[in-house]
Amino acid sequence: MTVERTRFYQVGSWAAGNRLLDPESASVQADPHRANALTCGHRACQGCGEALAARWVLDTAMRATGGQMVVVNATGCLEVFSTPYPESSWQVPWLHSLFGNAPAVAAGVAAALSAQGRTDVRVIAQAGDGGTVDIGMGCLSGMFERGDDVLFVCYDNEAYMNTGVQRSAATPPWARTTTTPVAGEALGNRYGQGKDLPRIAMAHRIPYVATATVADLRDLEAKVTAAMSIHGARYLHVLVPCPLGWATTASDTIHVARLATQSGLFPVFEARDGAVTDVTKIRHRAATADYLRAQGRYAHLFTPEPRTEVLDAIEAVAQRNISEYGLVDDVEEAAP
Amino acid sequence: MLSQIEGSRAVAEAVAACRPQVVPAYPISPQTHIVEALAEMVASGRLAPCRFVTVESEFGAMSLAIGASATGSRAYTATSSQGLLFMVEALYNASGLGLPIVMTVANRAIGAPINIWNDHSDSMSQRDSGWIQLYAYDNQHAADLHILAFRLAEELSLPVMVCMDGFVLTHAVERVDVPEPSQVDSYLPAYTPRQVLSPARPYSIGAMVGPEAFTEVKFLAQHRMQSALKEIPPLSAELGAILGRNVPGLVQPYRLNGARTVVVTLGSTFGTLADTVDELWADGHAVGAVGLVAYRPFPVDALRAALAEAEHVVVLERAFSLGAGGIVAADLAPAAAANARVYTAIAGLGGRPVTGAALRGMILAAAADRLAPMTFLDLDTDLVARDLAHVEAVRHSGPTAENVLRHVRDRSTSGSPR
Repeated sequence: MTVERTRFYQVGSWAAGNRLLDPESASVQADPHRANALTCGHRACQGCGEALAARWVLDTAMRATGGQMVVVNATGCLEVFSTPYPESSWQVPWLHSLFGNAPAVAAGVAAALSAQGRTDVRVIAQAGDGGTVDIGMGCLSGMFERGDDVLFVCYDNEAYMNTGVQRSAATPPWARTTTTPVAGEALGNRYGQGKDLPRIAMAHRIPYVATATVADLRDLEAKVTAAMSIHGARYLHVLVPCPLGWATTASDTIHVARLATQSGLFPVFEARDGAVTDVTKIRHRAATADYLRAQGRYAHLFTPEPRTEVLDAIEAVAQRNISEYGLVDDVEEAAP
Repeated sequence: MLSQIEGSRAVAEAVAACRPQVVPAYPISPQTHIVEALAEMVASGRLAPCRFVTVESEFGAMSLAIGASATGSRAYTATSSQGLLFMVEALYNASGLGLPIVMTVANRAIGAPINIWNDHSDSMSQRDSGWIQLYAYDNQHAADLHILAFRLAEELSLPVMVCMDGFVLTHAVERVDVPEPSQVDSYLPAYTPRQVLSPARPYSIGAMVGPEAFTEVKFLAQHRMQSALKEIPPLSAELGAILGRNVPGLVQPYRLNGARTVVVTLGSTFGTLADTVDELWADGHAVGAVGLVAYRPFPVDALRAALAEAEHVVVLERAFSLGAGGIVAADLAPAAAANARVYTAIAGLGGRPVTGAALRGMILAAAADRLAPMTFLDLDTDLVARDLAHVEAVRHSGPTAENVLRHVRDRSTSGSPR
């Protein structure tokens, strides 16, 4: 998605939700009548990337659907911090069933709406990375393959944060979690590369797959809007830093997410019908080491002394992404 | 309409007459003929606007039914055996959320060893899942129970499992008076949910409940489940009046008048049992039978009334609790008269036929007080002895199931008697 960006001379930035914009091009969050689908008072941690992303995703979808929307939520942080009954932060019709079944429950909602002739009501399912790439993957693949009319949103914070930072199949190599500890010779997470769910989704040839981060909320908004403009099974994968699990400062959430994209470790792109159609270029290439150094979960790669072989391997991942997705136009710019 | 029809097809017709709106399905023998028939009805447009969804697993099937039911649609699915176990987490969720889903369980054994034939170990394992469980004794009963099930589920906002013996009923072709849609329409009103996901009135379903209210939520669930015992008799009477036949919903008593020995059973064994009871009466033995239809909630008062005169009560079960014994027998004990002897007979496991001859022997033994408190009917003791001896003799004794099959072969080739 090519987003028309406005640089505000008044403040010298591309600040999101800026009220200097005219109402048509302003962010949903700048609208005093926005849905506040996930409203204030919930119990997310300070600096929670997931809460921020969920709020933007759902408010945008509420605007896109004129408020005609149903949300299905997997078990996880987002579910727990939003609904310690009788309190609920949801101002949308919201259903939580289980950890691993959100895609199937959402497919059931969509089937029921279809049987009832309610073509105006749209369905969104949301889960963390565990509920998406691990325990929910069977149901999710089924939902993709059938083409159920659901937008599935994964808020990826790269581990099971709700239960205390255990490894998931989305945890990147060498990250420290409580089940991939740094002890003896073990340097954190040691398996493979993590499941690349956006690519797996694309392999189902569904009409829309996109990645986004909380570092570019207008891009996230544009992708939700694009996703809601079409029908069928759609997938949105949003990188959401978790200060608790990543051992980052709460005020660094946006900064760390930006380093993920600018280092090339998290490619931001859009794909239609199984092919990449748009890539968000890296504006200022960041060093992968800077991304890693900002997070306590990678501290063991720098102290007591830098693990250069590991840092080189991670840089190679970034370089592979840069070349695979064409994240930079100029080869020289790709150097950190 | 009277038809010579397969049990699965009759059930599919009964379900169709209830106008389900969403039917997710994942295939497993012996449930397949039911969902194949529904798939065909949806594809042909006969069931419009019903959505038939082929899912990736039974867990997905029940989850899809949960989503559909919470959105205010009538949802139905069917499964068996391993499939039922694969959806267990969602079963508890459906009942906990109070969603009136109806599901057929084509009863089949649970592995290992893998076995596709009939017993009740699948649905019995889910007796605590919060689902109402009704057991059909023949295909007419199975078809009729589905109509009762939808009405009951929606009245109480609770899910209902209709259990019918796999193959024995699902694949048996016999005469069934398939309920007419017009009859069902006059009995089953359009589904008006107690809760529905709707933008018109947004609320949260499925929130977390802590120690401050969890007990009360569970107490209310028990209260609602128990209320089914009061709801079922008038609902089955009403349905019976419309269909012009009896549709037992709690228990089906048979020749209890004066019977001193009574056998209680579930499912299709009831037919063989009733025949045996007739023969024994003809021979001068005072024996009766009770078909247990509702197993959850457990109709303790109806059973107490049925068993008031019985001195010997045999519970004939197609499942048991390893390490304990008869499942239904344990539930039934408080319903038996104070001076009655209660026996458990485990029969028909993994599709072994429950014969009239075996039942006759069992009943006569009970009447003479010669029956052990727990019996495996028709147990091949020689085969068991062979394997016990093998395991005693050899440390690396190998896989039990394969060994037992080998004992069967060895015995037949050596010609030794069973």
